Amino acid sequence: MIRNVLISAFLLAVFGLTGAALVATVHQGTQARIQANREADTLERLHAILPKGAYDNAIVQDTVHLSHPLLGGGERTVYRARRDGQPVAAVFSVMAHGGYAGDIRLLVGVMADGRIAGVRVVEHHETPGLGDGIEAAKSDWILGFDGRALGDPPREDWAVRRDGGIFDQFTGATITPRAVVEAVRDTLIYFGDHRDQVFAQNRQNPGEAP
Amino acid sequence: MSTRSYRRIVADGFWHNNPGLVQLLGLCPLLAISGTVVNALGLGLATTLTLVASNLSVSAIRNWVRPEIRIPVYVLIIASVVTAIELAMNAYFHELYLILGIFIPLIVTNCAIIGRAEAFASKNPMPRALVDALAMGLGFTAVLVALGGLREALGQGTLFAQAHLMFGDMARGLTLTLVEDYRGFLLAVLPPGAFIGLGLLLALKNAVDEHLERRAARRRAAMTEQPQT
Repeated sequence: MIRNVLISAFLLAVFGLTGAALVATVHQGTQARIQANREADTLERLHAILPKGAYDNAIVQDTVHLSHPLLGGGERTVYRARRDGQPVAAVFSVMAHGGYAGDIRLLVGVMADGRIAGVRVVEHHETPGLGDGIEAAKSDWILGFDGRALGDPPREDWAVRRDGGIFDQFTGATITPRAVVEAVRDTLIYFGDHRDQVFAQNRQNPGEAP
Repeated sequence: MSTRSYRRIVADGFWHNNPGLVQLLGLCPLLAISGTVVNALGLGLATTLTLVASNLSVSAIRNWVRPEIRIPVYVLIIASVVTAIELAMNAYFHELYLILGIFIPLIVTNCAIIGRAEAFASKNPMPRALVDALAMGLGFTAVLVALGGLREALGQGTLFAQAHLMFGDMARGLTLTLVEDYRGFLLAVLPPGAFIGLGLLLALKNAVDEHLERRAARRRAAMTEQPQT
């Protein structure tokens, strides 16, 4: 009886170890590539906003982590683009909470002079066909932010048309564009108030990736 | 059971006992990922790969594993295989991995896989288990792709959109635009479209079965009549 239990336990342990060994081996073999894929993803998204030639630093590494309600709370990553050490632009990874179905993750690029370099949606769960016009692949609505700034249009016009602003909403979907417009506006407000902090050189943070 | 011919095993997987159309197993990924042909194909092939690996291992150890611990052992095997496949897809088919997202780890919970391990692989030698896994997996993939094609064509007016995610840049030209400037048919893209589409496929299969049945009956009747005339 006891012997049977022990044999079963031993067999289970052997299978558990074999499984763990398999996963560990594959993990070892793919880890570097997965990491490279992630960085390539980020870089590709950043390049949609900032042309490659606009900066000369390693933008994926030159980041700062900020936390502020205007950026959607939590720890938000900011990628800084510099040229000859001078700030060119900051790309904020912000969270818009007012979406129709969950949070919308955005990349908001702000030039050093406070103009929008570009905005892209990274992740959203809005209704296909209605709210997903915020994706650059589906419509060019998101390009409407390019070159805008807090004074252009005036702050109170940073809203969708239904709320008296200048940005279009989509037929049948006001909530999604409203959330995006507000998130972009808030990012600009934050940038206006904290510009120096955003571009401050990293005090060699030990926790930061090299 | 073990006397079933290979032909019979294949026919079962693709038609008579198809996981998607007859056993109705793995409906969650079936309904969720069948938005486009490429997504469907990606998940279908990942599922097939899992089935092959799990059926083979289960069959290989079928004489050692004691009955009382067989289910935990199957779960261990399937979970390790799926995790390995997930890592590999993340590394080599990254974009597709991002689209399929949570449904790759969820292959673990696809009851078609543990179902085959328990119902077939644990009682059959490895070659048979392999054929069964391929037949079941590809049968499941076929249903996924059929549903994906239906929904993509109706919903977006295209076929094979984003094929480059799976086959590399060469496949960019594969995308067929069926209708230029198609406005889209939202219902087909949304979850209800998946249910309706699956319903239509089920109805089609039953209609074909009925038709075959009637034809076979007629032939039988003709055969029994022939000697008399």
